[in-house]
Amino acid sequence: MMAGSTYGAILVLVMALVTAAIRALPFLVFRSKENMPKVMHYLSQVLPTAVIGMLVVYCLKDIQPFSGSHAVPELLGCAAVILLHVWKRNVLISILGGTVCYMLLIQFIL
Amino acid sequence: MKERKLTGHVVKQAFIRSLPVMAGYLVLGIGFGIVLHDAGYGVLWALAMSGLIYAGSMQYVGVSLLTGGASILMTAVMTLLVNARHLFYSVAMIENYADAGSRKPYMIFGLTDETYSLLCNGDHPEGTDGPTFYFLVTLMDQCYWVLGSVIGALLGSVITFNTAGIDFSMTALFVTTFTEQWLTTKRHAPAVIGIAVTAVCRVVFGRTYFLIPAMVGITAILLLFRKGLDSEGGEE
Repeated sequence: MMAGSTYGAILVLVMALVTAAIRALPFLVFRSKENMPKVMHYLSQVLPTAVIGMLVVYCLKDIQPFSGSHAVPELLGCAAVILLHVWKRNVLISILGGTVCYMLLIQFIL
Repeated sequence: MKERKLTGHVVKQAFIRSLPVMAGYLVLGIGFGIVLHDAGYGVLWALAMSGLIYAGSMQYVGVSLLTGGASILMTAVMTLLVNARHLFYSVAMIENYADAGSRKPYMIFGLTDETYSLLCNGDHPEGTDGPTFYFLVTLMDQCYWVLGSVIGALLGSVITFNTAGIDFSMTALFVTTFTEQWLTTKRHAPAVIGIAVTAVCRVVFGRTYFLIPAMVGITAILLLFRKGLDSEGGEE
């Protein structure tokens, strides 16, 4: 268990240091927005959206479309989130609603 | 010389400004605490992660890195990719924070998506000193997040209902962010590229090794199609 805690602590520190470094870097490198290379400016507009798409797939990496529940709870859960969000545009309602929907599906129905 | 007074007025104004984030951070923090507890990590871990990392999406991903036995390199690269967007929040705040003095390091550390969204327009209520106001909003936001995750980790051990499936909150968080971004921009190609490249990599490289090829592929394709994407126009 000790080895497990040490490993966990190292991982948490790595995440903390990298996150802090990312947030601090622009303050250290650029004195003003005008000094930023154009390619950085471009990536700042397109990368965040693409990475969120990547994370959605990452979350769904273990679904099995061809066996078991055929990923129906996951797909219905995601559909619930999207519908709730388009309807209400409220982050909390979308996350809570989608999660409750998924939990009910896997615990009671599928 | 500007005044750096910590008055009751500025505390009150910062609290009012932070209210929209309070509800969100408490609920998301509680969700994170429960997920963390279910993964076998208790209150101290919640405190350490929310106190030291302080990045919501990354902490959810962090739980799966911890339980999946990720390597240090994998963890660093994943953090870099998930949090790369913060580079651009920082760039946007360079001028607002220029005058913040000794409080600046903490304000930079605490520049989350939500804090950025509260402070990005660079205004502060009348009769308050800007940096003091920004600092207090940043600090209050982190208090809500830490409090939420600690409550969640504690609740995890007393909760009696079946929490199976609560880890779907991470998926729901990203699908919500994805939908919000889709609705606020006319440029959908990056979102589609992110999903498509990652899905292809998941099939080709398998569940353990697909992320790094996906990250490289996404960046390469975005750079390759820069001309077309750049002229498409961005946010409304």
